[in-house]
Amino acid sequence: MTETTAAAHVGHDHGHDHAHGEEPNYLQASHGLKSWIFTVDHKRLGVMYLAAVSFFFFVGGLAALLVRTELLTHTKTIMDADTYNRFFTVHGAIMVFLVIIPSVPAGLGNFVLPLQLGAKDVAFPKLNLLSFWVYCTGAVMAVSAILIGGVDTGWTFYTPYSSTTSGSVVMMVAAVFVLGFSSIFTGMNFIVTIHKLRPPGMTWFKMPLFLWGIYSTSIIQVMATPVLAITLLLLIMERVIKVGIFDPALGGDPVLFQHFFWFYSHPAVYIMILPGMAVMSDMIAAFTKKRVFGYRFVAFSSLAIAVISFIVWGHHMFVSGQSELSSMVFSFLTFLVAIPSGVKVFNWIATMYQGSVSFETPMLYALSFLFLFSIGGLTGIFLGTLSVDVHLHDTYFVVAHFHYVMMGGTIMAFFGGLYYWWPKITGKMYFERTGQIAAIMVFIGFNLTFFTQFFLGSRGMPRRYYNYLAEFEDLHKLSTFGAYFLFAGLLLSLGTLVHSLLKGPKAPANPWGAKTLEWTHTASPPIEHNFHETPHAPAAPYDYDT
Amino acid sequence: MSPTEGKFPLAQHFSDPEQQLDSNKLGMWLFLVTEILLFGGLFCAYIIFRSLHPVAFHECHKLLDWKLGGINTVVLLISSLTAALAIRAAQVNDKAGIKLNIIITILCAVTFMVIKLVFEWPAKFDHGYLPGYNFMGHVANPDQAHIFFGLYFLMTGLHGIHVVIGIILFSWLLIKTYKGQFHSGWWQPLELGGLYWHVVDLIWIFLFPLFYLAG
Repeated sequence: MTETTAAAHVGHDHGHDHAHGEEPNYLQASHGLKSWIFTVDHKRLGVMYLAAVSFFFFVGGLAALLVRTELLTHTKTIMDADTYNRFFTVHGAIMVFLVIIPSVPAGLGNFVLPLQLGAKDVAFPKLNLLSFWVYCTGAVMAVSAILIGGVDTGWTFYTPYSSTTSGSVVMMVAAVFVLGFSSIFTGMNFIVTIHKLRPPGMTWFKMPLFLWGIYSTSIIQVMATPVLAITLLLLIMERVIKVGIFDPALGGDPVLFQHFFWFYSHPAVYIMILPGMAVMSDMIAAFTKKRVFGYRFVAFSSLAIAVISFIVWGHHMFVSGQSELSSMVFSFLTFLVAIPSGVKVFNWIATMYQGSVSFETPMLYALSFLFLFSIGGLTGIFLGTLSVDVHLHDTYFVVAHFHYVMMGGTIMAFFGGLYYWWPKITGKMYFERTGQIAAIMVFIGFNLTFFTQFFLGSRGMPRRYYNYLAEFEDLHKLSTFGAYFLFAGLLLSLGTLVHSLLKGPKAPANPWGAKTLEWTHTASPPIEHNFHETPHAPAAPYDYDT
Repeated sequence: MSPTEGKFPLAQHFSDPEQQLDSNKLGMWLFLVTEILLFGGLFCAYIIFRSLHPVAFHECHKLLDWKLGGINTVVLLISSLTAALAIRAAQVNDKAGIKLNIIITILCAVTFMVIKLVFEWPAKFDHGYLPGYNFMGHVANPDQAHIFFGLYFLMTGLHGIHVVIGIILFSWLLIKTYKGQFHSGWWQPLELGGLYWHVVDLIWIFLFPLFYLAG
């Protein structure tokens, strides 16, 4: 009863530089501010998300530089203690909620997902538009909170401090509540799109691994974010009408807040890493010109991470006073969640073996990810070990660990993906040499900044401290120097991309010779409706001749 | 299974009616999952504090008006029935039936809110049974009673917000009905609105016994 869609196209490349009948690309299809503000085109929304995320990455990065500058000396350097607390809170809240969570799914995912799937758009284009403006609303609220009164609780908002301290806690928490909806809507959209909008021939196991990763992320977004929403609502109510759930002075339980908070926030960190891993699979395939080794294992490992991510939250609370039994169970489950991540890393390495490896900028970021995420993941296991965590909890070791996975992992993958899909999104090629230099600078700067912090932590330097013992000063100076070097590398990296917009040569439809539908069947940039005819899935997910 | 009578409003990004129907339905179910998880957190908090303070919770529940709560339960159940009947009316092109059933649904929802906001809550406030630190009722365990009432007002309040959203939603569906947009070829918005409304009803079905009845 379903009318058949257009004829199947198999085999050869359909991306042309000149479109059929001179159809304009999506950037040129309509003009004026309103055509962007009210767009329902997933590609334009993706571009707007990328712009917003890049802007806030810069803002959050500045906050980090200020924090690191203060830490150059073991006493006051450039700000007082309260200001310092506000800056590390701002850095964390902006990076987690405004940058990392939306970066790959809403930025790259929105653009790439329908193209790679073979669909005209996502399932709910208007919901997609709403999702973006909800993000903007949350962003404005967060900025307001920072500017009016500030927040000094840390991005984790632990009670009873967060329920009693002065400052714009309600506004900031409300901002995060609003941002959560943006995340939920995106997740809903992607799940339905992948389930229902696959073209003929595109079965689940024909899909590129990028889509498996985004799908798994979306499951977590839909299931975990509402719990954050209710946690934040309860925190607001605790502050406003003093319900008495979290504040012990009112009969509440502060550890209950931690349970509520981490029940979302642990899956949230997998919302952050899974899309990065999703990009990794596609990049590794493209720059080794080889099918990803162990495709089904990698696909299922994404789902496994999504499921197991919900049952490990207690590893943030080993020293909170929870029972020894629950600590042991959470520790064991934490070891379990590392296994699918390991599966991915080894499969990517196996993909590279005897592949035709090239070292363009995206691949440099992918290789950075491989190295840095491995360190981050491994140190996560150290922290998941009960006896070790007792000493390392709330030290710089934890700070180093999560920066290795969130920045060394997700942000590296994000930059890699940005460079990889840049020709498709903009129709321009970036200047390869500066891109590569920037990637190397970022890698070096990152390690200088954060590897140092493992030592700081294991030697006892607590996190979030404004003043510290003089013996830690040299390591802090090294870390801060690294941060400035890292910042320079990031500036060069973003600058390379901006330069390409102004002066870059026109990009071909498929500069990398990749095999996924967005490369083989669309122009660079694509036309508004993506495809001239509904494409048929290739014979295999990464259909290289091997 | 695909609608054949009347014009099917196919959105341009979908390739066929079945894809549109399936996608919309999956999308709504996913949204409802988020609602369950949202309230789930609150039910979790209720369970924890009830097990910590069983005596206080028992004493406090007697202070709630189970008759009004019971009436509200019946009212919501009726509204769920009429929401479903509206879908049925569309399926057989009974436009007057759609209108009537939606109107009854809305009226029931409004009745629910009136009973709550005009009869129930003010009566509580008069006795000093207020959420949080405003609590000043005369009870055996005031220190724990304020948690009970905090949770009571939070959970029924959040539920009430969802009822109001339902009123707005069904009003919008009523307008679309008057414009003749629902018929045997297309009734999905009624179905999706009905799904939302059933979940809101279901949450109340849990709230009512836990707060008003459980002794």
